[in-house]
Amino acid sequence: MGKPKVAFYWCASCGGCEEAVIDLAEDILTVVDAVDIVFWPVAMDFKKKDVQAMDDGAIAVSFINGAVRTDEQVEMVELLRKKSGLIVAFGACAHIGGIPGLANFSNSKEILNTLYRDLDTVDNKEGVIPQTRTKVKSGEVTLPRFHDTVKTLDQVIDVDYYLPGCAPPPDLIMGAITAILKGELPTKGSVLAPEKSLCDSCRLNKTKPEKLTMKEIKRPHEIKIDPDLCFLAQGLICLGPATRGGCGERCINANMPCRGCFGPVGNVVDHGAKILSSIASILGMEDEETVPEEEVDKLLDGIVDPGGLFYMYSLPSSLLKRKKLD
Amino acid sequence: MKKDPKIIVFCCNWCSYAGADNAGVAKVQIKPHFRIIRTMCSSRIDPELIIEAFKKGAWGVLVLGCHPGDCHYKNGNYKTLRKVKLLKRMLAQFGIEDDRLRLDWVSSNEGEKFGKVVNKMIDDIEKLGPLDLSYAETEVE
Repeated sequence: MGKPKVAFYWCASCGGCEEAVIDLAEDILTVVDAVDIVFWPVAMDFKKKDVQAMDDGAIAVSFINGAVRTDEQVEMVELLRKKSGLIVAFGACAHIGGIPGLANFSNSKEILNTLYRDLDTVDNKEGVIPQTRTKVKSGEVTLPRFHDTVKTLDQVIDVDYYLPGCAPPPDLIMGAITAILKGELPTKGSVLAPEKSLCDSCRLNKTKPEKLTMKEIKRPHEIKIDPDLCFLAQGLICLGPATRGGCGERCINANMPCRGCFGPVGNVVDHGAKILSSIASILGMEDEETVPEEEVDKLLDGIVDPGGLFYMYSLPSSLLKRKKLD
Repeated sequence: MKKDPKIIVFCCNWCSYAGADNAGVAKVQIKPHFRIIRTMCSSRIDPELIIEAFKKGAWGVLVLGCHPGDCHYKNGNYKTLRKVKLLKRMLAQFGIEDDRLRLDWVSSNEGEKFGKVVNKMIDDIEKLGPLDLSYAETEVE
């Protein structure tokens, strides 16, 4: 029997997840020894037709990163689903929508107009906007349609496992690959990371005051951040309490509060609503009995963009999924 | 056919639910287009539950708690105030009308006020019509 076949694919992503594979460092040699990579557009020269030519289910596992927002991406992930035994949503964008998912506060028309026509740095006097079909001298050229709504991978195809993170850390990737190779996988639909919140493993947890209260909201650029004190206690919004741990607290260790790339903790559906609840509870809690309502409004003004902050990585997977479309 | 509005009213156990009871005993006339969900405290009403109510077809959500200073658990309702205010700001970013979520205080002897607040909510929401969230599920060409 040959080695198990593995595919990597990217949709709406930045390429960081591809880097994360390389970040396995020398461990990648173990992986390459154990599997046969049959498709990886960013690194190897295989074409779509090579995948089409395979038998259904011939690929043992496909790691797909990026959110889904064009017809081409839909077509490719549907093809990979057909050809693969397992699909792993790799990274925050495939898992919960990621940063591209913030586009769900907008729509395709607004985005294309801004990018190709309205920005100060754009030189496009004719106002040319990408079209799905364009006639040129030599005939007609086509582009995949750009959707209004960014979707998570599991909103388009059936997904077996999720590897969270922007990008997933090497230890979790290696753990997932080892589990797949050994056939020691948890229940289908599991997120291959701890269930508990980031605070649970955060080194600053012990500096968190007994009664945590935020007197006012500070933004990271406004203060000199103390690297050895819980960010919430410093007035900085940190998504740690509602966010799944296992990331190795990379942001915390770089003196930045958590922005939620691992998605919600187990059993929570709506990441943003959960952190909103948590932050609103502790904001101005100290003398809440005496604070008049106008003061509460002023305190809340400190959160300039609640939607964008609380759903920074998870908008497409939230209950509302997107802004109302007219 | 004209549809009747659907309002979810979250009531805390100690004040506003007793207020609703009081409204019943006093035979306050209230339009029938609302359903009460009782929780122990208004601060138990997680924003996630409010959004879920909208997802499941509520035209509007009314959160009722004890008056400030009267919370059975001392200060749960202050947290409710901040949660609802912040959630309203966030829902605006999603294009959901401000009137669809409302917070008020009703004590256990304010049956009259309970009726007034619920009737007003129903009237206002009837003007807005149903909250159609289907755009999130379908891709329009």
